[in-house]
Amino acid sequence: MHAITYETPKSLDEAVKLLAAHGEKARPLSGGTDLLIQLRAGTRRPDFVVDIKRIPELTRISFSLQHGLRLGAAVPCIEIHENGDMRKYYPGLTEAAHLIGSLQIQSRASVGGNLCNGSPAADTTPALIALGAQARVVGPKGERMVPVEGFCLAPGRTVLQPGELLVEFQIPAPERHCADAYLRFIPRNEMDIAVVGVGAALTLDMSDDRVVEARIGLGAVGPTPIFAAEASKSLIGKTLDAAAIDNAARLAIAASSPIDDMRGTAEYRRHVVGVLTRRVLAKAAERARQSDQR
Amino acid sequence: MANKVIVETTINGDPVELLCEPRQSLLEVLRDVLELTGSKEGCLTGDCGACTVVIDGRPVCSCLMLGVEAAGKQISTVEGLASGTALHVLQQKFLEHASLQCGICTPGFLMSAKALLDHNPNPTEAEIRYALAGNLCRCTGYDKIVRAVTDAAATMAGRSRPAHGAVPAETASGMTGEMLAKGEVK
Repeated sequence: MHAITYETPKSLDEAVKLLAAHGEKARPLSGGTDLLIQLRAGTRRPDFVVDIKRIPELTRISFSLQHGLRLGAAVPCIEIHENGDMRKYYPGLTEAAHLIGSLQIQSRASVGGNLCNGSPAADTTPALIALGAQARVVGPKGERMVPVEGFCLAPGRTVLQPGELLVEFQIPAPERHCADAYLRFIPRNEMDIAVVGVGAALTLDMSDDRVVEARIGLGAVGPTPIFAAEASKSLIGKTLDAAAIDNAARLAIAASSPIDDMRGTAEYRRHVVGVLTRRVLAKAAERARQSDQR
Repeated sequence: MANKVIVETTINGDPVELLCEPRQSLLEVLRDVLELTGSKEGCLTGDCGACTVVIDGRPVCSCLMLGVEAAGKQISTVEGLASGTALHVLQQKFLEHASLQCGICTPGFLMSAKALLDHNPNPTEAEIRYALAGNLCRCTGYDKIVRAVTDAAATMAGRSRPAHGAVPAETASGMTGEMLAKGEVK
């Protein structure tokens, strides 16, 4: 690995100053489970590695039913799974975080790092998209909010400009009868990269079991994670019967643009998008109906 | 070399002040600076778990962490498991159950198992297998390792036989994980 300078800012201000001063020569370090591999392979060669784990805003989970969730970008995945509010109110995002790698990886890897790494197959990103998460970004010119579905531009590339830092995700509080779910397909039980990943969040009107709100996120089936807008919209006002679910699955497939690679062919991936969309909608709906009991 | 920095950390309960380059991984610092060579280098990508150490109670691949990140942390390595010449129960059970052959994965398995039992003293077989899923062993086929951890948990809890109906040490040979999982062995 090439020589680096290691920085440990204690505040957002300090971090932004460091990142702005060094521009493209700096790279934030969260859990390091992608970055250290890239440094060792020479695919990223920052002179300054800025450890962001000592900044309070980046390392906390704060949740209230009034204000919703603020999830620090550098919170390790294992802390998400250990958090009772996360498991109860955001089970889909929690399960996405809890199936990334081994416990060794989950002890370090973060949802923010997963997004900033820019992989189209990042497991937590479709789950964030389903929840309508906004990414809070601070930089030398101030702050901005970026919807997660607009964060990635291409494999390994995001909207972050030199000097900008992803601070946290802001996610609305769940309404009554609202729940999320995430499913991915891999050819083994655990610890692999998604062939396809699908996240969904649903809000139901229990008086007539109709869908009030729906969002579907897709992973590993395009150059970036995808918000399946048409598929999501098609469900609103509908009862979640087989016809509505099949129609949403068909529109989700239409929103995907997978490639052939060693993990699967494009044709196979399109098929799996349909299967997982149907399953994840059923799972989210079941949770939403039972959400009174939480 | 210029660019070396001082890191103050705690390793196996002892305060340590060390000098390292920021680019060195914790694994390199443990092995090359502190000469704690128990933690092994395998894949260097976080897949094999041979370099697993426990940091503030959690298992971590020391190859995927910078040594400078260790500042202020509590680090446990395999060297800290035994008390003098008395082996830790996990080490003893790995020997009794023949849970190693070439041994390169063993320190990582021991540390993952230690993190599990510290957190959950009475794990099910599924929980043990989940906790050890980040550690690869190409010799044993894993069953003997799972048996050793099951037995160690029982021994540490003062039970004469493992909980959850898992197989006791003396009848362990020849049992598959599937048989264990189905509770076919009493």
